[in-house]
Amino acid sequence: MSRDSMSSLLITNARPYGEDPVDVLVTDGVVTSIGTGLDAPSDADTLDAGGAVLLPGFVDLHVHLREPGGEESETIETGSHAAALGGFTAVFAMPNTDPVADSAVVVEHVRRRGEEIGLVDVHPVGAVTVGLGGERLAEMGTMAASRAQVRLFSDDGRCVNDPLIMRRALEYASSLGVVIAQHAEDHRLTGGAQAHEGAVASRLGLSGWPASAEETIVARDCALARDAKAALHVCHISSARTIDVLRTAKAAGVRVSAEVTPHHLLLTDGRLTGYDPVNKVNPPLRTAEDTRAMREALAEGVIDVVATDHAPHAAQYKDTEWSAAKPGMLGLQTALSVLVETMVEPGLLDWHGVARVLSERPAEIGGLPDQGRPIAEGEPATFALVDPDAQWTVRGAALASRAANTPYEGMRLPGSVVATILRGRITVRDGKVQA
Amino acid sequence: MRHLLSVADLDATAATALLDTSDRLRQALLGREVRKLPTLRGRTVITMFYENSTRTRVSFEIAGKWMSADTVNVSASGSSVSKGESLRDTALTLSSMGADCVVVRHPASGAAHRLAGWMDRGNETTGTHTSIVNAGDGTHEHPTQALLDAATLRERLGGIAGRRIGIVGDVLHSRVARSNVLLLATLGAEVVLIAPPTLLPVGVEQWPCRVGHELDPELPALDAVMMLRVQAERMHGGFFPSAREYAIGYGLSEARAALLPDDAPILHPGPMVRGMEIAPAVADAPSSAVLQQVRNGVHVRMAVLYHLLAGAPE
Repeated sequence: MSRDSMSSLLITNARPYGEDPVDVLVTDGVVTSIGTGLDAPSDADTLDAGGAVLLPGFVDLHVHLREPGGEESETIETGSHAAALGGFTAVFAMPNTDPVADSAVVVEHVRRRGEEIGLVDVHPVGAVTVGLGGERLAEMGTMAASRAQVRLFSDDGRCVNDPLIMRRALEYASSLGVVIAQHAEDHRLTGGAQAHEGAVASRLGLSGWPASAEETIVARDCALARDAKAALHVCHISSARTIDVLRTAKAAGVRVSAEVTPHHLLLTDGRLTGYDPVNKVNPPLRTAEDTRAMREALAEGVIDVVATDHAPHAAQYKDTEWSAAKPGMLGLQTALSVLVETMVEPGLLDWHGVARVLSERPAEIGGLPDQGRPIAEGEPATFALVDPDAQWTVRGAALASRAANTPYEGMRLPGSVVATILRGRITVRDGKVQA
Repeated sequence: MRHLLSVADLDATAATALLDTSDRLRQALLGREVRKLPTLRGRTVITMFYENSTRTRVSFEIAGKWMSADTVNVSASGSSVSKGESLRDTALTLSSMGADCVVVRHPASGAAHRLAGWMDRGNETTGTHTSIVNAGDGTHEHPTQALLDAATLRERLGGIAGRRIGIVGDVLHSRVARSNVLLLATLGAEVVLIAPPTLLPVGVEQWPCRVGHELDPELPALDAVMMLRVQAERMHGGFFPSAREYAIGYGLSEARAALLPDDAPILHPGPMVRGMEIAPAVADAPSSAVLQQVRNGVHVRMAVLYHLLAGAPE
């Protein structure tokens, strides 16, 4: 490559993992030098980090970008903006679109749209079963071998409820080297469920979603994954007792990983009084005891990663009576702040820990060799720069997503993403997307 | 009082004031040839029922008419509701037509709360005011039912504080039970819920009441018993094995009614499933307060409309 076509970026005064400030020189998307008082080539772009914390770019194993089919709530473009603004450099887009991403055609479309927009690597998640119907396996091999290189399969939104189908999916996945991500909910136990089964739901007259519906599926799937020698990922765990199931399975050597959402770290079912469906999500917000257990298990590593389950819904799906509203909430632009609030400030995670749960482990689980890498010479320059001392007030209308409703509306949160860099390209600078 | 959404919004003073107004209205109407008070002349009350109901809707309509309000009934079928209009748009439309009060029954728990929120925000811009009365929302609450039950118990027992009231049957799906537990506890009663575990919600242990599974041992110590309705679909949902076994365990048979203290009133919100929940002879016995409940329903709803639209008397 000739000298002329090389692009350089000098990031000054950045603190990797919150440590002492350094300069980071990036050439053609790769870190070429880390040190103090680095000289940049005269044509280099510069980014003054102002002492911000430098982390590997965030990787989200669980987002809903709604395209194709749900463009009134989110598109791959608006979702990519939200992701970049949230410090994300890779996201996994769930397949419950219309049409469902259960074929090479749809996953390749999603992948290509992500590349055209170019703000974040958009990795389509393939459906486990045709049409998310839970009955016939989708063509996982074809999707894995397609241009989209699908590495994660899920029927998210629906549980692969039939134990035999789940067994076959895990067995089949093991030969492809891909992961089955399960939305753990025994639908036989949650018919008509509207809220966490407990004191609040009983008082509000909302049909209960028992925590056992999650625990039993996770226990069952761990046994199936063990026998199939397959990799199982458990989506958005919400119940304290599921953690015990995971701990036991992990100790027994089962290849299982698990995610928790920011909202299950912070919000509880106490918010349901008043029946505002911005708080409606599946699995439901549970108790303070559950959020506390989630935080501890995340710190301990029993829960591997934070994934947002970013699930936008246009106003008409939320400004309704509770039972008519769709479950799901925005998550990409608030994830880091919620993590700072619930984990960093209470001392449960340091910045290395944040890098682990928001970047390194998710990249590993999702099979992304160039994401979640150490901040070191020769590594890709894929970063999030975080101002840990910032405070901001969430305004849904100011977020990049098409849907503007959020349970965090008006909430004051700590920590903000000031810049995001994807392979040397600045996608967000001073909190603004660089188109 | 701006809306009546939940009895949880009523403290003992406010609830007692409503019951007192109800009593006064009953007295005022007693023996009148023309049962019409001019109190709410020129006010518009719309009943909006998204579930079939005869007694509650008619009761509200009569209450409005006896107070000279203009009452309009909207039912979900045959209106724009069946054309897919959202609850919010329907409600704001009715409010814009000048409704002073919307009485709503809806299958979704919390529907009345949502309506009140939309109305309040809409009214901020228009400077008008529309009150919402919850006439039953899903499995959440039915505040005027609890008030009419309290009025009936007060009439029969002379007071509510310190009395022990049993509530028997499908608590899980019952908005009547939720409202009654809260209101009776607020008024100082001791409430006992009696049902099989399948018909009690998880979390009931945090309600202001005691819970039991056996009816017979409780009956002799009750001052009143309230039987809940069991909907036919529950029989197929695995909540209990059969109507027969339910009747054996929880039905108020003649023999079982005899275990109650003399004069302990028997309440039922209706409609009754005779034979299963309550023996016909018990339903028609002098201790049965069923028709008195219905009568009090009109007076209590008059009181609610009066307090909402004309303000509570000092």
